[in-house]
Amino acid sequence: MQTTRPPHLKALEAESIHILREVVAQADRPVILYSIGKDSSVLLHLARKAFFPARVPFPLLHIDTTWKFRDMISFRDATAKRYGLDLRVHTNPDGLRQNINPFDHGSNIYTQVMKTDALKQALTEGRYDVAIGGARRDEERSRAKERVFSVRGPGHSWDPKRQRPELWHLYNGNLAPGETLRVFPLSNWTELDVWTYILAESIDVVPLYFAAPRPTVERDGLVIVVDDDRMRFKPGERPVSRVVRFRSLGCYPLSAAVESEAADLNEIVAEMRNTRVSERAGRLIDQDQDASMERKKREGYF
Amino acid sequence: MPDSLLRVLACGSVDDGKSTLIGRLLFECGTIPDDVMLALERDSKRFGTVAGGIDYALLVDGLSAERDQGITIDVAYRFFETPRRRFILADAPGHEQYTRNMVTGASGSDLAVLLVDARKGLLPQTRRHAAIASLLGIRQLVLAVNKMDLVAFGQDVFNKIVADFYRLSGKLGPLQVTAIPVCARDGDNVTSPSTRMPWYSGTTLLTALESAEPTSHAAERTFRMPIQLVARPDHAFRGYAGTVATGVIRPGAAVMNAVSGTEARVARIVTMDGDLDEAAPADAITLVLDREIDVSRGDVLAVAPPPPLADQVTAWVVWMDETPLFRGRAYLFMLGSRSVVGTITDIANRLDVNTLTEEPVRELGLNEIGRVTISLAQRVACERYSVSRELGGFILIDRLTRGTVGAGMITDLRAGAGDIYWHRLDVDKRARSALMGQKPAVLWFTGLSASGKSTIANLVEKRLHAQGRHTMSLDGDNVRHGLNRDLGFSEADRVENIRRVAEVSRLFVDAGLIVLVSFISPYRAERMLARDCVEDSEFLEIFVDTPVEECRRRDPKGLYARADAGQIRNFTGVDAPYEEPLDPEIRLPTLEAPPEVLAERVVDELMRRGIVG
Repeated sequence: MQTTRPPHLKALEAESIHILREVVAQADRPVILYSIGKDSSVLLHLARKAFFPARVPFPLLHIDTTWKFRDMISFRDATAKRYGLDLRVHTNPDGLRQNINPFDHGSNIYTQVMKTDALKQALTEGRYDVAIGGARRDEERSRAKERVFSVRGPGHSWDPKRQRPELWHLYNGNLAPGETLRVFPLSNWTELDVWTYILAESIDVVPLYFAAPRPTVERDGLVIVVDDDRMRFKPGERPVSRVVRFRSLGCYPLSAAVESEAADLNEIVAEMRNTRVSERAGRLIDQDQDASMERKKREGYF
Repeated sequence: MPDSLLRVLACGSVDDGKSTLIGRLLFECGTIPDDVMLALERDSKRFGTVAGGIDYALLVDGLSAERDQGITIDVAYRFFETPRRRFILADAPGHEQYTRNMVTGASGSDLAVLLVDARKGLLPQTRRHAAIASLLGIRQLVLAVNKMDLVAFGQDVFNKIVADFYRLSGKLGPLQVTAIPVCARDGDNVTSPSTRMPWYSGTTLLTALESAEPTSHAAERTFRMPIQLVARPDHAFRGYAGTVATGVIRPGAAVMNAVSGTEARVARIVTMDGDLDEAAPADAITLVLDREIDVSRGDVLAVAPPPPLADQVTAWVVWMDETPLFRGRAYLFMLGSRSVVGTITDIANRLDVNTLTEEPVRELGLNEIGRVTISLAQRVACERYSVSRELGGFILIDRLTRGTVGAGMITDLRAGAGDIYWHRLDVDKRARSALMGQKPAVLWFTGLSASGKSTIANLVEKRLHAQGRHTMSLDGDNVRHGLNRDLGFSEADRVENIRRVAEVSRLFVDAGLIVLVSFISPYRAERMLARDCVEDSEFLEIFVDTPVEECRRRDPKGLYARADAGQIRNFTGVDAPYEEPLDPEIRLPTLEAPPEVLAERVVDELMRRGIVG
């Protein structure tokens, strides 16, 4: 169902389009970091708008940890095909060789090797000077402090004390040797904005966001969906069918589902308006320690 | 669903309770999820400053250094909405050392909430924030007098602070002020009226935010749109993409490229959602014109009368870098989608934000605000900041670190044509140098005092002269006896010293000469400025590379000894830095070869480059 776009979404959309155009005007080798989630879907939609009628003028980079939901991978490939996008997929070959996985190595090491290190490898190998991401400032406290054009030093590190002043809509994309940029066009969007916009614009998202009966197990109070036969069960544990959906998608053993009946976009937006739980509550990797996002970002996590 | 978007700046002195107020506002608007609330309760016990209670400040101070130190360092952006309005709130730090972050937050805001501690009244930081908010064009301000519980909710305390503030705001230009007494910790007058201050009958903070009208007059002004990029997917389509800065545009309207003056009509306003009948400020669009005119990134499409084309602007500049701003320094000047080289030609005054008076200065330090004149290498279509934030606000970018080091708001501009313009001369540089059988060049010898610059330059000139070449020498010491005798050795004077010498070198190059300049010229930025004065192939940076220990040992004029004794200040290599060239055309290591051999190397290089035949 198509609804009209509220004025504040129109303002956010225009700001994001402006940012994406600045990237392409200033960068030598920009790339979109495509994570297949709802934010990436919105980002891609905005990129198509920003350069219309020309094609999206940068490739999509997906860091494949090999532990993504199967639905995500098929959605990714279908999306790339549908819009004629230049999709590039990278997996950390060292991690693959050592069979780094979330069960044996824990979420910390697994994330470092298969996500952070993999991303750094791909950005360095691709010689990308600007990586565009779908992160939003409302997601987490340290993100709330980050600039739209965020400079990374050598080794892709983030120094929150040395951020460039960023005034008006003037984005400084100039880089010193060894520096790269992360750009976040959705900085000023909230999770609710994202869903309201997806509804208003009829944007396709991975079906995992919609409630459906799925095989699940409960771990430390979180509901984990069993996506394939690599799932490790505890003695006596058996998958139970629950009607669940995802608010945030990542690697399947690390992303918790929420019990929900919201089976379409209207129901999701209605649910969002009444929720009392944060989006990242289902992300196991953010709860490892205090300020874990800031620490990961300093080390080069997106 | 909200029907508008308001950008709000929250500012005020340290410890006046800003983060607490914002945390409270977010909490009462239901923006804080339960699991975040649980984490907040946990953090409050560990880091909190509110005994036994919830410290809402921890909700917004996101960096670990901020939580450890209990202060806000960087601007944070918060989002909340009410049924009426969606808000973007920039939470700005109070400390003077983070003024640049405060300015970042203020630049995009429609309204400022200025916090004051009822016990302390207006503090220097309060005045500074009010001044900066006003300078950045914020015309609506909510004065939130906080911690009313600690002054027994006294009406007279509140009234006195409000009266003090009106005295201050009278000097700030037009400002619409709403004063509200609050207790952020308990929520009084934040979202619901306080029962503890029956004497106050005004609005709550949230109501004030909901009912404020965005003050932009952008739509009423003439149409201007800086072009970000040209969309050319195929031969049939050519569109100019950008965000409308001011005015409204419709198909059929006559527009012009403000930079070149060429005219056309708007054929279509293209978006992926279909063509538009009309576009307004802040809309991101693509314009198709009815004929091909030359338009590229950095140009401004405008409806007549077009914006002025300035080659010189005067602006309030907020300086944001540890290295001070000097006259003579050159930066990248970024305005709209345009980037050009801008040279600081004058720093007239510094604004004392405490007294709101101006005082004459020669340089601007970190977080200082001054009235600065900048000369632009190319003409730029721009407006006064009071007319357009988008075409009147600019940033300055350091050409070496590439960082943003300053922000400016144009108060005055001078259009190039009509004032001073270049006479086109029939006999030019090429003609003059051809007659001499050489190509003009600047040989810029840089290095420490006593490194051997003048010795080698002298030998080079003798050889060139013997070959029948036309040369001229500029020596640091000699020039200071005449042209530059009004200058001392402070960093600002050194910059001006180099600027003048670079300009003189340019004139000699125009005369067709090979110019030998022997100057310590310790800063990379100034040497870059000198390089920019002439064509790239005409400039050779020659690094006379002698270690400082060797220079001290030689010390023919006894200068190092005097600098060590404190008799000379700002002496390069002793108490002032020397920035070595990173990529000089020629490097002359004086410990490895005698001056005669090194001079020969320079002459060989000139031959290799075809400067001398």
